[in-house]
Amino acid sequence: MSKITTEDVEYVAGLAQLILDDDSKERLVHEMGDILNYMDALNELDTEDIEPMMHVLDLANVYREDEVKKSLSKEDVFKNAPKSEGDYFLVPRILDNTES
Amino acid sequence: MSQEIIQKTAHELHDDLRSGATTATALAEAQLAHIDGHDDKVKAYLETWNDEALAQAAAIDDALSKGNDPGLLAGIPIGLKDNLVTTTGTTGCSSQILKGFESPYTATAVQKLYDAGGVMMGKLNMDEFAMGSSTENSSMQKTANPWNLNCVPGGSSGGSAASVAANEAVISIGSDTGGSIRQPAAFCGCVGLKPTYGRVSRYGLIAFASSLDQIGPLTKDVEDSAWALNVLSGKDPHDATSADLPVPDYREALGKDINDITIGLPKEYFTDSLGDDMRQKIETAVDVLKAQGAKVVEVELPHTNHGIAVYYILATAEASANLARFDGVRYGFRHPDAKDVKEMYTMTKSEGFGPEVQRRIMLGTYVLSSGYYDAYYKKAQKVRALIRRDFDQAFEKCDIIATPTTPASAFEFGAKSQDPLEMYLNDIYTTTANLAGVPAISLPCGLTEQQLPAGLQLIGKPFAEADLFRVSHAYEQNRGFDMGHAPIA
Repeated sequence: MSKITTEDVEYVAGLAQLILDDDSKERLVHEMGDILNYMDALNELDTEDIEPMMHVLDLANVYREDEVKKSLSKEDVFKNAPKSEGDYFLVPRILDNTES
Repeated sequence: MSQEIIQKTAHELHDDLRSGATTATALAEAQLAHIDGHDDKVKAYLETWNDEALAQAAAIDDALSKGNDPGLLAGIPIGLKDNLVTTTGTTGCSSQILKGFESPYTATAVQKLYDAGGVMMGKLNMDEFAMGSSTENSSMQKTANPWNLNCVPGGSSGGSAASVAANEAVISIGSDTGGSIRQPAAFCGCVGLKPTYGRVSRYGLIAFASSLDQIGPLTKDVEDSAWALNVLSGKDPHDATSADLPVPDYREALGKDINDITIGLPKEYFTDSLGDDMRQKIETAVDVLKAQGAKVVEVELPHTNHGIAVYYILATAEASANLARFDGVRYGFRHPDAKDVKEMYTMTKSEGFGPEVQRRIMLGTYVLSSGYYDAYYKKAQKVRALIRRDFDQAFEKCDIIATPTTPASAFEFGAKSQDPLEMYLNDIYTTTANLAGVPAISLPCGLTEQQLPAGLQLIGKPFAEADLFRVSHAYEQNRGFDMGHAPIA
């Protein structure tokens, strides 16, 4: 009995913006189930009074003067873009025009 | 002559270049020729930068001939893992989603190597986005272990380790999130250092798990590791997590005695899951340290067995957030058939990311999702605090912790790639140093029965890399055998 279902995998894939075929879904039900079962070993530890640790360093916020500094050229910024025009990244249609 | 020169260490070449015994150009030419002759079998490099390397070498020779000092690593051939961005060549993380990416800037760590005169040879293969322990997850090519071409080089810095072991680079740079420098260094018989979290700037290291990632060197010996860390370390305004602490000259730690050092052996590491052969190698190595004057005590790291679970929850959670940026808008691959923005995101990610990366994004998304956040992510953060506390308490009794780097030596291609959990368990001895943020080094400590390198891991206190180098050097100088060269080298 796996810890997670096909529906769980489909839900998480939706959150992660991934499209999975049926074979991948089935494989992930088993693999994620096995891995999550293994992770459940953490439940044997009492962590009631333990503060969660996000980071190993004692970090303080870093402030700097609000000064204009040299930054990347537009040419450099856009040179890796799959599609761009002028100062814009081009993407496919966002709004469905049948709605308006 | 050319075979000899590329077998040398950086500190030896440093002297040769200054005495006139060789030139940076002769060295670069010999290195490129050796790569050309060997890399069809090893497949460590994704691309080499022949013209740029020769131009750099010529500039070094020019500086040397004028009596200028072109830097600590002047003329030294260096290889770079494919997740360090560079304005030279491409940076792809061995992934289809970033293939051909031309970075508009250079990572701080790499810039420091350039500033020290290092000659960059090119980009090295890795597990896609540094996710893996065998480099089999590269979408580009399979890198072989120079000691046995049927075996994996380890991962994720497999190209970095294989290039050093095959003498295709004098120094290579890798990154270590859960063992990705130390495990391939152990598998390929080189020295691999994961510095303290914050010691080296991560600016320009394409992020996998930001609270765990750290850049470090893979080298032929301990002295070169110290030289490399001298160059790589320091505060960087571009990385708020880089430590604002002075950088000592790590070379001064070498050659000193270790009479004041106490070595801790964590009993949790020496269980039945450790093979007899590997156990014996580590015990022999500890005996060498004892003979050099170190005291040896048993210590406890009670949460060792929970390290893998904590690591794979936190690392996948952070990865699922970090990798969301690969959406096909600003750089990298965009699926050509996407008809609207939603399809652009989903089709680009599904086609661009390989199976292991998708598996980790799925796991990370799951453990962060509503209803599971407390049970997995927050729980793991709490156990991470316990792991750090284990180390703090152990370091009250000792200065250095000695363990194996891996449970066994390198495995054959395909041996673990069908079972992700089994592959993850290979990281059992390495992930806790990342979770605790402490420095750790893997040193070659002989060959196993399979004639493959074994790795001794030494773990130090935060920012105590100098102690790590001192003990490592004492071991290396007194271990009583020469590792020799990999058969392919």
